[in-house]
Amino acid sequence: MNGEVREADQVWPGESLLWFLRERLGLPGAKNACEQGECGSCSIYLEGNLVCACLVLAGQAQDSDIITVEGLAEPGALHPIQAAFLETGAVQCGFCTPGLIVATHDLLRRNSEPSDAQIKEALAGNLCRCTGYAKIIAAVHLAAGRLVLAP
Amino acid sequence: MEFLQPATWREALEMKTAQPQALPIAGGTDVLVDLNFDRHRPEVILDLNRVTELSEWQPANGRLRVGAGVSYSRVISELSDRLPGLALASRSVGSPQIRNRGTVGGNLGSASPAGDAHPALLATRASIEVSSVRGSREIPVDEFFLGPKRNALKPDELIAAFWLRPAPGPQQFAKVGTRNAMVIAVCSFGLALDVEQQTVGTGIGSAGPIPLRAGEAERFLAEALADGNHWRSGQPLPQSARERFGELVAQAARPIDDVRGTAAFRRRALAVLARRTFAWAWQEYTAG
Repeated sequence: MNGEVREADQVWPGESLLWFLRERLGLPGAKNACEQGECGSCSIYLEGNLVCACLVLAGQAQDSDIITVEGLAEPGALHPIQAAFLETGAVQCGFCTPGLIVATHDLLRRNSEPSDAQIKEALAGNLCRCTGYAKIIAAVHLAAGRLVLAP
Repeated sequence: MEFLQPATWREALEMKTAQPQALPIAGGTDVLVDLNFDRHRPEVILDLNRVTELSEWQPANGRLRVGAGVSYSRVISELSDRLPGLALASRSVGSPQIRNRGTVGGNLGSASPAGDAHPALLATRASIEVSSVRGSREIPVDEFFLGPKRNALKPDELIAAFWLRPAPGPQQFAKVGTRNAMVIAVCSFGLALDVEQQTVGTGIGSAGPIPLRAGEAERFLAEALADGNHWRSGQPLPQSARERFGELVAQAARPIDDVRGTAAFRRRALAVLARRTFAWAWQEYTAG
């Protein structure tokens, strides 16, 4: 879990990884909204794959490598993608932001210069009800210009 | 609730025999929704993620055997050249997050009439390999769906893989929804042309109690292409024949009115999708 081994007891077998992260490990970055994979606000990496934490059973993630939004930047610092979201005004209420940061990270490590169409396809699973997306797309371009992510 | 996590396929089959009520889970994109909303609380969950054989695919005897646990993302990235129809359908599934977890095997297990993989599997004459401790059998995909969310699995059986021929011609898929991503199909259509045998395959999604083939439309189009010598000449099919193909596809559907659309709209849209996918496929064929 973000580079550390974490354990918890008495996990209910029907419990989602999202619940486990937030309520048992105290990692509230992944947000709990739709609980059906529609909104993307709980996006995390599971074994290097972008997934909705609400659609994974906690037990399925045992012994897996997980990175949440908390694990992207050094403690106390902003990841360049987070900085780009702030600078372009892509954060309003902020609820969708952590999921969008992880989804953008996943896009930019595979495609360092995405087009608008590629950004829209990559972020299609992340809903934002404030910004109208224009500033999010601007933020992804800004971050792409500054970043070189290891594949 | 009990959580079972077999490490091997053999162990998974033994667990399913011992507890046939166990609910298999692969990517979890359907199962977790029911759990999160407390719609369904299974006594036993059988997690198939540790069974590595399920996430493998390989050519075998002129066909491809694709493990039930191969994700949509991997179908797109690894099999687009060999299984273009299924890859196109996979691209229309949910979002990147859903495609990274969701599997074709899970789609078959859920057996929703709206499952995106089903029209592509029907059009390409896939068969489904199911197994139990008693052995394995192959079920043609058009005998696999029995009703809404019901399939031909016996209580002790699990879906092992699906089998398809590498595409012997152009394949297309189209889906109607309110946006490109994250939609359950209002209706969908898969088309496959078999250039070697000069046959046509179809699959209709989300317009009937089960995913359907349009058999009469398949025969009509194959005959029209053969009679007019179109396979050889590459000349376009007359408009009247293209329209007839669309009509026959629409007639094969058994849609209902529901929250996503009316039966009448679905029929109309299917006729359009049938004509359109054929136009794309024929363009691909004549472009060589």
